[in-house]
Amino acid sequence: MSKQRVIVVGNGMVGHKFIDSVINSDNAENYEILTFSEEPRLAYDRVKLSSYFSGSTVDDLMLTSEEHYQSAGVIYTLNDKVVDIDHDNKTVKLASGKVERYDKLVLATGSYPFVPPIPGKDQPHCLVYRTIEDLEDITASAQESKVGVVVGGGLLGLEAANALKNLGLETHVVEFAPRLMAVQLDEGGGNLLRRKVEALDVNVHTEKNTKNITAGEKHRYRMEFADGSYLETDMILFSAGIRPQDELARNCGIDVGERGGIVIDNYCRTSVEDIYAIGECALWDSKIFGLVAPGYQMAKVALSHIDGGKEEFTGADMSTKLKLLGVDVASVGDAHARTPGAQTYTYEDGVNEVYKRLIVSEDRKKLLGAVLVGDVEAYGTLQQMCVNSMDLPEAPEQLILPASDGSAGAAMGVDALPDTAQLCSCLDVTKGDIVDAVQGGCCTMGDIKEKTEASTGCGGCAALVKSVMDNELKNLGVEVNNHLCEHFNYSRAELADIVRVKKIESFDELLDSHGNGGLGCEICKPTVGSILASFWNDYVLEDKHMGLQDTNDIYLGNMQKDGTYSIVPRVAGGEITPDKLIVLGEVAKEYDLYTKITGGQRIDLFGAQLHELPEIWKKLVDAGFETGHAYGKSVRTVKSCVGSTWCRYGVQDSVGMAIAVENRYKGLRSPHKLKFAVSGCTRECAEAQSKDIGVIATENGWNLYVCGNGGMRPRHADLFATDLDDETLVKYIDRVLMFYIRTADRLQRTSVWLENLEGGLDYLREVVIDDKLNIAQELEDEMTSNIGKYQCEWKTTIENPEKLKRFRHFVNSDETDSNLAYVVEREQRRPANEQERENQIPAVEVTA
Amino acid sequence: MSANAVSDEQQTQWIEVCDKNALDSDTGVCALINGKQIAVFYVGKLDEVFAIDNYDPIGKANVLSRGIIGTQGEHICVASPLYKEHYDLRTGECLENSDIRVTAYAVKIENGKVLIAV
Ligand SMILES: Cc1cc2nc3c(=O)[nH]c(=O)nc-3n(C[C@H](O)[C@H](O)[C@H](O)COP(=O)(O)OP(=O)(O)OC[C@H]3O[C@@H](n4cnc5c(N)ncnc54)[C@H](O)[C@@H]3O)c2cc1C
Repeated sequence: MSKQRVIVVGNGMVGHKFIDSVINSDNAENYEILTFSEEPRLAYDRVKLSSYFSGSTVDDLMLTSEEHYQSAGVIYTLNDKVVDIDHDNKTVKLASGKVERYDKLVLATGSYPFVPPIPGKDQPHCLVYRTIEDLEDITASAQESKVGVVVGGGLLGLEAANALKNLGLETHVVEFAPRLMAVQLDEGGGNLLRRKVEALDVNVHTEKNTKNITAGEKHRYRMEFADGSYLETDMILFSAGIRPQDELARNCGIDVGERGGIVIDNYCRTSVEDIYAIGECALWDSKIFGLVAPGYQMAKVALSHIDGGKEEFTGADMSTKLKLLGVDVASVGDAHARTPGAQTYTYEDGVNEVYKRLIVSEDRKKLLGAVLVGDVEAYGTLQQMCVNSMDLPEAPEQLILPASDGSAGAAMGVDALPDTAQLCSCLDVTKGDIVDAVQGGCCTMGDIKEKTEASTGCGGCAALVKSVMDNELKNLGVEVNNHLCEHFNYSRAELADIVRVKKIESFDELLDSHGNGGLGCEICKPTVGSILASFWNDYVLEDKHMGLQDTNDIYLGNMQKDGTYSIVPRVAGGEITPDKLIVLGEVAKEYDLYTKITGGQRIDLFGAQLHELPEIWKKLVDAGFETGHAYGKSVRTVKSCVGSTWCRYGVQDSVGMAIAVENRYKGLRSPHKLKFAVSGCTRECAEAQSKDIGVIATENGWNLYVCGNGGMRPRHADLFATDLDDETLVKYIDRVLMFYIRTADRLQRTSVWLENLEGGLDYLREVVIDDKLNIAQELEDEMTSNIGKYQCEWKTTIENPEKLKRFRHFVNSDETDSNLAYVVEREQRRPANEQERENQIPAVEVTA
Repeated sequence: MSANAVSDEQQTQWIEVCDKNALDSDTGVCALINGKQIAVFYVGKLDEVFAIDNYDPIGKANVLSRGIIGTQGEHICVASPLYKEHYDLRTGECLENSDIRVTAYAVKIENGKVLIAV
């Protein structure tokens, strides 16, 4: 049998999905695939388009590659457009004049951005947001612009606004409707979204109908609105909806809808035999689906039909969950309560800016829809209840009310979900698929993603997929364990208890009594080393502890990418005398160390080789410096503002308190690094609310904040206690820290620890303030004992000739590492990159 | 004391590197032998020495002697201090990527001296 020739018009997301499904099908040999793309490249991930502005490259966005198509035998032509279909002779004609024969034709032409017919819309700097080329145009235009306006406040419009903001423009959104995201949100949700978006410095103008675009006075253009007002801007981005790309079909006698879209039936067939339409160009039951998941579904259905199968397209769930400009928004089902008799429940929390609304059936048995703004945790549950027509609980409002203990509201047990429930709509993965995968041996999210592809699209379903996986593992009797590593069947917290209660003083002792044999590894050794240091606070380079330490701890510096170290002396509270500053400068100069001020108000000196470390530290210690423990999982810095001693607004001596706190806890080893700050008034210049321990001065004393975090996953610290005197403040910090050290997991920052602590903040207050567990005294004693044993590890080290022997690159030679190479940039040296090494650009060999 | 037979005993030339007591238990040092950097490890529990290249082919720096020693199942290995890949101390094989390996050298202790075969 000769191969069927299938031509796919358009190589967008859905066209590619179709081709990929053919390639991966059992009958792949039966087909010869040709595809034509008007764009200059094969399919890319349009859904993630905006990530281009946050650093993704075109390569990152590609869904396939020319090599992949070639090896699969797919014939493709880029930069060429299908302009005619002759369905009697079954051929298509290309803009380039080429004619190709087909047996089956699949139209996957997508859609194009709708630009309202406003006079002046065709000028330069009036752009749209759909392709990679559009992004390049936007980037170029932004460089010559200060102000940008997005026309359209829908989902894409807000994404576009975020892009303009990222490009540094003063950003406006102009919307015709009375609210943002009018399609997905009701009035309450739209209003809250608007408030949140405005708080992010995006100006929102609703009920504005643009009539004309003329030359501006202050900026390039003036947009004139129907109500007589106007807005000046340098660039305009139209995001006023999409229209199906149906011109080709329309011109060739294929039925299209009144308002556009290629009409298809349940098998994705158009009105002409052997021609199918899929994706955003297709009109099913008078509906266009502007999301990728339904398009993928259509691709599957069309292939099934061509292959003689019977799959049908029967509509798709248009629920959405997104983060727009950092604001969580979700919409499920009938968000506008249009179903006759629909009842609603609304929950609005003006303080925390959360809005939730449930739309339920007249008899209150079924969920019809939902709107969530600010807190979308319930999305997974609600979306599943809605699409699977599951029965609502007795009191449906529980689904959106916060539970009284402060944790999230009632979640649905995943057991209640039917196996057919689609968890991942991007890649069409059902609960049954996940259950099968777990039964087939998957036991991590990584396994699940590889096996089923669930959560590899937009990722919105990850939490739900994980709980289905965990649940199934539990059903199978697989213990979901928190074992530290293969050497210990205990969590870090459990090991900490064992060490403390059994008074274990070395790693080997612990491994022999509670381990599984072997020698340990780079996970358990430093963890146990840290626990031993937290409770007994020995010198970390004691012989029996040395092999436990990460290189940073052994050499008391932070290893950099080329194997050299950085040096960070303690500058408590960020207060430093000119004389000490001069010493740092002189040492840095002598050893040619790259010098940078850190975020923690101290100074980092980079590029010291092993043999230089003791010499450098000797100079620093002689000048009165101490180690800053920047290398350890330990207390780092206590940042401070200048406080009442100088500042007109300060109400307490924040620097004095910061220095006292830093000196108290310096050297304390903990499950992860700890950062503190003290602010001298509520203006909060020290940013204490982003720290593990934050202290803010009040007229009457100090407010204590706990468990905040900046960095990778920012978390606002929680207000723990107010108006404390000095003594109580320190007492509470002692207790909080020691309780954290006792109970946290390995490498768990305080923020995550608190989120996982059963009972949360209230429980922590009960333990620390009310002494519910009757351990407050113990915690304080442990801290006192730890503090009493503090030593500057560098001072101890340079006084010990035996220990100093380790600080040389070779055990049998005084030579240094010849692999180091540097270049000079902005008047300081930095490691040469690979290319610079190869080119031997002035790669200076450093000898000392 | 054992010698990890990697190379042919007869042709190998044993080079003296340092005193055995220059090695601290469960840590590594780096030796310079004929211009080559070799990481030498002493595992106290087994009373055994191991030697592999000091160069980390993934992190591209001379750092392996400064990694943490341990076991992964049956493998005795060192974890690179840069990105934590494990290298088997007997074979030099990278446990995370079998296409990558560093050279492992025979090493023995005689009269309190550490000797490496190159
Ligand atoms: C910024 C942005 C964000 C988005 N975010 C989401 C999201 O979060 N979730 C979601 O589900 N969806 C999202 N979408 C929508 C999603 O991208 C589309 O649903 C999806 O791309 C539709 O795929 P398609 O193949 O039908 O169309 P397209 O991807 O547009 O592909 C059609 C292709 O056909 C080509 N073509 C058209 N006519 C011809 C012709 N005659 N000859 C040759 N080639 C032709 C076009 O040039 C185009 O390359 C987003 C879209 C954008 C622009």
